[in-house]
Amino acid sequence: MAVSTKTILSVENLSIAYPISIGVVRAVEDVSFTLDDGEALGLVGESGCGKSTLGLSLLKLQRPPGRVTEGRIMYRGNDVLAMSDHDLLKMRGQNIAMIFQNPLTSLNPLFTVERHFLETIHFHNPSLPKHEALAGVEKILSELGIERKRMKEYPHQLSGGMRQRIMIGLALIMNPDILIADEPTTSLDVIVEAGFTELLLTLRRVYKLSIVLITHNLGLVAEIADRIAVMYAGKIMEIATAEQIFAQPLHPYTQGLISCVPNIQLDQKELVTMPGSPPDLVAPPKGCRFAPRCPKVMPICREKTPTLMEHAPAHTAACWLYQKKEG
Amino acid sequence: MASLVTARDLVKDFPLSGTIFDVFSPRSKRKSVHAVDGVSLAIEEGEVLGLAGESGSGKSTTGRLLLRLIEPTSGRIEYRGRDITSFGAREMEHLRAKAQIVFQDPNSSLSPRMSVGQAIAHPLAIHGIGTPAERKARVLDLMEKVGLSPAAFLYKKYPHQLSGGQSQRVVLARALVTEPDFLVADEPIAMADVSVRALILQLMRQLKQEMGLTYLFITHDLATAKYLCDRIAVMYLGRIVELATRDELFAHPHHPYTKALLAAVPVPDPTAHRDKHLPKGEIPSAINPPAGCHFHPRCPFAVERCKDARPPLREVSPGHFSACILD
Repeated sequence: MAVSTKTILSVENLSIAYPISIGVVRAVEDVSFTLDDGEALGLVGESGCGKSTLGLSLLKLQRPPGRVTEGRIMYRGNDVLAMSDHDLLKMRGQNIAMIFQNPLTSLNPLFTVERHFLETIHFHNPSLPKHEALAGVEKILSELGIERKRMKEYPHQLSGGMRQRIMIGLALIMNPDILIADEPTTSLDVIVEAGFTELLLTLRRVYKLSIVLITHNLGLVAEIADRIAVMYAGKIMEIATAEQIFAQPLHPYTQGLISCVPNIQLDQKELVTMPGSPPDLVAPPKGCRFAPRCPKVMPICREKTPTLMEHAPAHTAACWLYQKKEG
Repeated sequence: MASLVTARDLVKDFPLSGTIFDVFSPRSKRKSVHAVDGVSLAIEEGEVLGLAGESGSGKSTTGRLLLRLIEPTSGRIEYRGRDITSFGAREMEHLRAKAQIVFQDPNSSLSPRMSVGQAIAHPLAIHGIGTPAERKARVLDLMEKVGLSPAAFLYKKYPHQLSGGQSQRVVLARALVTEPDFLVADEPIAMADVSVRALILQLMRQLKQEMGLTYLFITHDLATAKYLCDRIAVMYLGRIVELATRDELFAHPHHPYTKALLAAVPVPDPTAHRDKHLPKGEIPSAINPPAGCHFHPRCPFAVERCKDARPPLREVSPGHFSACILD
């Protein structure tokens, strides 16, 4: 796949492993994808499939003992994994920012909203006078729909939706290019979630953001993402535009994932179910990792690992159903 | 159809523990959380009644009140026409075998020191049903029925050796082993993975038919409620604001809060265009709920009269109730 000039972030053959007492957990294996400037990429899959590990590694934040065993992460031509600690600290927040699932654990209970912002600004730009910094904070709070008086309040005085808006404000205050959002709405109620989704779509336009959205919520990803990568057991099974993923999913895992979610616009008499659970990543099955649960499994699936190949324009899948057997 | 469980004007206030000086203030002036504020409903034998709403709407408290796991501040709860609020300890024990509950998080519902077999057989031992050999046979039989297979192998396993889906099946089996009539399912799939959710929903539907069960299904997700429920009650700040059959509620929602909830549900389809009229802000505190209709500060259609009095739950069409003065 040629790297286009618009590509802002590319992940090439990335593998991440966690050595533990009983073996090595291969949390992410041979993952490649690109993120274009201004694009929103959804990373979906069940829990334990490596999406969060992958998201953290984009900022070289994967938790010990996890380490990258292979591959590169290129951000605007720089290898993130080869950066010095100093450069990484500068890049995080200023170029690539991240928000997490639970805003309460990400905010300091002893800091006011204002201090959270000033700390972030001061770290990246120590010479900026305080009144200019505060002007920037006020501007972003108004975009988030948060009243000015909230600046002097502490996290426990804010509602869940407001905390998550503060988090996204902190992520955007240094005007990054890329926002990585790891299950940003999972702790929010449905109406608040819908409001947050609208806000994210607005901010995306205002800040010309590229987004990596990590989620298991297919409804959310359908509303935000332009392209979707489906992960299973540490590997990417399929990448395509959001429309293609939902209209013509190729991989049996993607098909199963979509049809087992209750859809409020349909009148479903039966849900399609996917029996079984994701494999143990210490000893993943031979061949395709989804083979033990796959309704369309063939003998070759249990022998050889299929590679991600383009089966339609901009639509890649790793499945033997679509590959020449000798591949 | 006769109603199995009936609630009449149920109220539950949780007093707030104030400071030591509150001892001197009159009881009537002490603050409390008005978790359930005059809920009346009747659950027909053999139906699935959904109780939907955001967190803090009082749906879980209502579920617990119906089983008298917590005592109501006022109001009546009838089980097969008999008022259970006046039941003594002996009668309640008999009722416990017939009315059961399943909670959201299976791992916190299971003792880590009891094997699967012990956990499921425990209610039988408490109620003195059968000999040990008979109990074991019944447990193994039920385990196969809920999909814990092979039962003889899983019988000796402990909760930490189970997957999330298996744990939730153990909890279901334990609730069903005394052959109850009524099961309160309090967000039973909220913590489960996407593929597990579909399996648990399908299992619950199948068990209901096989065992002639009646469910109160508590959920914040209307898409799930649409799949499983016959009738749905929507709660907001301790009150039922709308109650209708499944088809009627989705086709002709009346209450502005129900409309907002429906609009907020994300649809797993990138081509879907939803028209979002999201209410302002978030669910207020149940300590000082707004006067009149609790929803009026967030309601896009609110008029002056909404602040005056609590709108009664009125029948707007046969079997369809809504609590809005604009109806």
